[in-house]
Amino acid sequence: MSGLSQPHLLGIKNITRDDIELIFKTADNFKEVINRTIKKVPSLRDVTIANVFFENSTRTRLSFELAQKRLSADVVNFSASTSSVKKGETLLDTVNNILAMKVDMIVIRHASVGAPHFLAKHIKANIINAGDGTHEHPTQALLDAYSIREKLKAVKGKKVAIIGDILHSRVALSNIFALKKLGAEVLVCGPPTLLPKYIGQLGVKVEWNLLKALEWCDVANVLRIQLERQQIKYFPSLREYSLYYGITKKILDSLKKEIVLMHPGPINRGVELSSDAADSHHSIILDQVENGVAIRMAVMYLLAGTVS
Amino acid sequence: MQKKLILNSDLLTITLDRLCQELIENHGDFADTILLGLQPRGIFLAEWIQEKLTTAAKRQVPLGYLDATFHRDDFRRREIPAKASETRVPFLIEGKKVVLIDDVLYTGRTVRAALDAMIAFGRPEKVELLVLIDRKHTRELPIAADYVGKYVNTLESQRVLVELDARHKHNKIWLINKD
Repeated sequence: MSGLSQPHLLGIKNITRDDIELIFKTADNFKEVINRTIKKVPSLRDVTIANVFFENSTRTRLSFELAQKRLSADVVNFSASTSSVKKGETLLDTVNNILAMKVDMIVIRHASVGAPHFLAKHIKANIINAGDGTHEHPTQALLDAYSIREKLKAVKGKKVAIIGDILHSRVALSNIFALKKLGAEVLVCGPPTLLPKYIGQLGVKVEWNLLKALEWCDVANVLRIQLERQQIKYFPSLREYSLYYGITKKILDSLKKEIVLMHPGPINRGVELSSDAADSHHSIILDQVENGVAIRMAVMYLLAGTVS
Repeated sequence: MQKKLILNSDLLTITLDRLCQELIENHGDFADTILLGLQPRGIFLAEWIQEKLTTAAKRQVPLGYLDATFHRDDFRRREIPAKASETRVPFLIEGKKVVLIDDVLYTGRTVRAALDAMIAFGRPEKVELLVLIDRKHTRELPIAADYVGKYVNTLESQRVLVELDARHKHNKIWLINKD
């Protein structure tokens, strides 16, 4: 057996299929742990982890923090809105200051693409990317693929449609890398203005018509419209978007087969998903959240490395 | 590499029968007793013992699988993190008598980790340890087994190899010299 091929988790692009499989196998064990009455194991008791969030997050940060606490790690939290970053400190200085306080691992979310990669080059600590701008969000992709594997018994050969704002989505890119590595077929669907121009070159199908995409797929991973990243108008109105790309229970019932519905959260109810669809039996959205903790425990366990 | 046979199939069956008799002597009808096999290699032995006890006690003796990987004290002291196996303890062990079962007792560190891992499922009334092979003079912790199949004098460089097959026809236990 071997460990992960990388000392960091910067993106799905630079890890191997074996890495993903190893993370999944370890996550199976942690899933059992978090379903016990006593949910804590002492593995990371001598590891200190800093959660450095330069961008808002509830789910991811909570999930990371829970995972860290269930592994008995010591945790420090940092969010840009309440820190000296507002006073003009650079990213490297901020992180070096945190490191000077003897931190072993850093979970970072940043609005700039490549921020975690930059840190990995300059500092000695394991870096986990918790989302960098519109680039990657590897733990989300891992937990999405893990949830598909759990629900449908395998990822290989499955057809997954990623629907919505692909252009601004780090979840979409990481998902495409992860699913392709695991042997799934991937399709992206959304209004042409929200699809990157050369996305086809990643080996994914492109579809503008929601119904056709849903007819084709086994799993629909629906993404949120990221209004906060859109400086210009990409579609006339949310109402029009939801008319063409919103998924309702009625649409799901009209399909010839059962499909699995996923969403990385937060859901804009009534925009990309109607309430009756989000709460239907198709949806595994809450399973995704549960699996998120197990996946993040697995990643941190495997990255914790050796005492120097 | 030299191999020396410590126990052959017939002797092993006799040894195991004796261990089961000892368990019966101390646990009677097994009303409050739970067997916990230690992953990865203690579980085959535990399953075998459960089979024998179930016949003898005329009742199903509960058996769980316990993996102590996440409780080990050598995590981050080795190059690669140890790979975990499945833990399956579908009952509470609160107030029960627990028999931990493993194939070989060597440094005692696995058992220490297992004691730690076990507590997540409740506070047992009593915990005992059963091992097939007890390697003498190799303990790094103050841990001793209550039921021992066979004591073996070994060097640190040697390894004990336990081969159990599903039908117990070709069981063998070897002492291996690494050179």
